[in-house]
Amino acid sequence: MTDTATELRSVVVEREIAFPPEKIWRALTQPHLIQEWLMKNDFKPVPDHRFKLTAEWGSVDCRVLEIEPNRTLAYTWDAYGLESTVTWTLTPIGSGTHLRMEQAGFRPDQEQAYQGARFGWQRFFENLEQVLARAD
Amino acid sequence: MSNVQDALFRALSDPTRRGIFERLCREGEKTVGALTAHAGVSQPVVSKHLAVLKTAGLVRDRHEGRQTHYSAEIRALAPLADWTTEMAGFWESRFDALEDLLKRMDQ
Repeated sequence: MTDTATELRSVVVEREIAFPPEKIWRALTQPHLIQEWLMKNDFKPVPDHRFKLTAEWGSVDCRVLEIEPNRTLAYTWDAYGLESTVTWTLTPIGSGTHLRMEQAGFRPDQEQAYQGARFGWQRFFENLEQVLARAD
Repeated sequence: MSNVQDALFRALSDPTRRGIFERLCREGEKTVGALTAHAGVSQPVVSKHLAVLKTAGLVRDRHEGRQTHYSAEIRALAPLADWTTEMAGFWESRFDALEDLLKRMDQ
């Protein structure tokens, strides 16, 4: 499995939101608003600005990569050995905005089954019963 | 949730089955008899649990004479440790929070 050990993976979440891009942009780029839906932060809408997102469980190191008001926002997202990039894309549609988030990145050890199992094992079992209760 | 993950979650949802699997992970290959001695349930029940674990890819069996030896296939857990699975859930919940905030915000 070594040749897939650094395979790029991504998560995409997309939603149609009944608000205009300008309003969503504010929520994505103003620190006091970011804090309300994501985490505490020292974000600035400036290319190359380094910022941290902090929560009770830890923090995420970020750097602004791309910023095009009301359209695109990209930043790095590094936490717990995961090196990734988060890209927000806002597209106006008749009733509001199509909002797309893609997180793409690597976790070098993710394909090593033993590492993965060790990493996921405890938390997985801690949460298993609750997850199943919700799934039913 | 993908079918593979679903099968894994279901297979590991039962405490007895999870106990059997954890024991195989910890102690290596075992026969049904050896597993039954500690499982607190009858041998047919243990066999049934092993069949479910096998279907989910979590154990493999090896026949030797009249005995069947079972061992854990820990690699089968890899899909559960995939970061994309964790993050997808995280972002879905953040999207919910973002929508809530947008509703509260002034135009």
